[in-house]
Amino acid sequence: MRQVLEGSHAISEAVRLAKVQVVAGYPITPQTHIIEAISQYCADGSLKARFIPVESEHSSMAAVVGAAATGVRTFTATSSHGLALMHEMLHWASAARLPIVMGEVNRALGPGWNIWTDQSDSLSQRDTGWIQLYCEDAQDALDTTLIAFRLAETVNLPAMVVIDAFYVSHTFEPVDVPDQETVDRFLPPLAPRFRIDVDHPQALYPMVGPAFFMEMRRSIQEGMEAAGPAFDAIAGEFESVFGRRYSAVETVGCEDADLVLVTTGSVTSTARIIIARQREQGKRVGLCKIKQFRPFPAEVIRAVLGPVPRIAVIDRNVSFGSGGIFAREIQSALCPLEKRPAVYSYIAGLGGRDITPETITEVLRLAEETPMPAAESGWVGLNPDVKP
Amino acid sequence: MQEIRFHGRGGQGTVLASISLAKAFFEAGWEVQTFPLFGVERRGAPVEAYLRIAHEKIYLRSGVYTPDHIVVMDAKLIGAIDVTRGLKPGGWILVNSAVQPHIDVTAGDFRLAWVDATSVAVAHRLGTRTHPIINTAVLGAFARTFGMPDLAHIETAIRQEVPVKKEENVAAAHAAYDQVHFLRGEEA
Repeated sequence: MRQVLEGSHAISEAVRLAKVQVVAGYPITPQTHIIEAISQYCADGSLKARFIPVESEHSSMAAVVGAAATGVRTFTATSSHGLALMHEMLHWASAARLPIVMGEVNRALGPGWNIWTDQSDSLSQRDTGWIQLYCEDAQDALDTTLIAFRLAETVNLPAMVVIDAFYVSHTFEPVDVPDQETVDRFLPPLAPRFRIDVDHPQALYPMVGPAFFMEMRRSIQEGMEAAGPAFDAIAGEFESVFGRRYSAVETVGCEDADLVLVTTGSVTSTARIIIARQREQGKRVGLCKIKQFRPFPAEVIRAVLGPVPRIAVIDRNVSFGSGGIFAREIQSALCPLEKRPAVYSYIAGLGGRDITPETITEVLRLAEETPMPAAESGWVGLNPDVKP
Repeated sequence: MQEIRFHGRGGQGTVLASISLAKAFFEAGWEVQTFPLFGVERRGAPVEAYLRIAHEKIYLRSGVYTPDHIVVMDAKLIGAIDVTRGLKPGGWILVNSAVQPHIDVTAGDFRLAWVDATSVAVAHRLGTRTHPIINTAVLGAFARTFGMPDLAHIETAIRQEVPVKKEENVAAAHAAYDQVHFLRGEEA
């Protein structure tokens, strides 16, 4: 049924519908509403899960790691400094091959204390072995959370469902909330391939020396490689059950485009308006939404962006000393091609600075008017009067 | 698409008013989007909330800078902050005020309406005399001022959203609907 829901609560609803069994959580703005609603569901019995309040995010990840090792479906959510504090345990979750799902609300890290949206928190966890799926709006967030459980449990790797602070997390909009029977058809109970079982004692997570370690790491890489095709298959099933289509990479009008704008998260929505308007005016521009950051869909990127002459990437993040992270990943994906598109990299909207229709129009104009892309990322929307 | 900006103070239920109104418009068949000012809310400090309504899916995910209309939950905010900043010419200004609010409507050919939502809330025993909960009365006044959504949809939204004194809140919305004053007697 369609109802007006906050983006955070769209994730909470998905967690309830997924019949998660253990949830641990610690409050942090802008994530708190996700965990708050789930703790309410646990209290009123509408979700029959064990809710574990903890004293830090490191502990909340440790708690779901422990719970997931016993073969139950688990969830936690965090943001920013909370995610950074979890870092050690994020490696544990993936290396132990635990299909934990986490809601991650993009927020900048301080100082420069800032509670607003910025992808630097989730992208800092790029190499921890977590699947990362970015969402555009509340519907995307609910649906992606359901898909994430199936995906994580298929490849035995943890998955992060990422939404923008405020622009998605605190925004209310109509969301189609599916009924329980339909969700049950799509998402059966977790059937763990291995778990801690007191009746069958075994040792887990032992010391692993150089003789075996590389093979274990190779197995995680293979799990990640399998996650790409698995996402496509699961998204296909999701579409047949719910009628909504999701792709690792979604394109609008890229086939005939001279210039394609690449976006992630909520910026995509606003960009849809600008791209549609410019196409109506006869401009050959396209839009490419990257939903799946890990595993990075390099093959799809080569197929859809390879033939395009120019690509402009908006990054709401920065890797200091390198540049926009999505732009760098795209450049590296396109590298094996003999003839490569020109990639224009733009950093915008850090720390919640609004990415308006004007910002997006400016990015497209800059890419159109610059004959050769610079090696460095351009910063869009800087205020020349502010001198740090 | 129309954009409405709410001005209030932390603790007055400004954000909840915007959410309830979004739900009422949604009930009436509109596409809606509402969000608070992205920041830190403190009791008594000025707060803002925004509502977008449209007949098609709303893709715009950026701040509201040039609202079509504004709602001011506390007349004392006028002058303290620039409530009409960016307001489109011809836009409505609905103010919770016992008397005609001091606001320059000639700046943008604005249309002005006011309602004593505080007295309505006190009369219906919503909140306390010193801290009345005025948001449901403002919703009723909104329906009258704008001619939409139907008061029936406002009632449904209030019953869904308000945890206590549902009937008193519905009655307050009805009472405020009947007590809106219009500058120059003009109505939507």
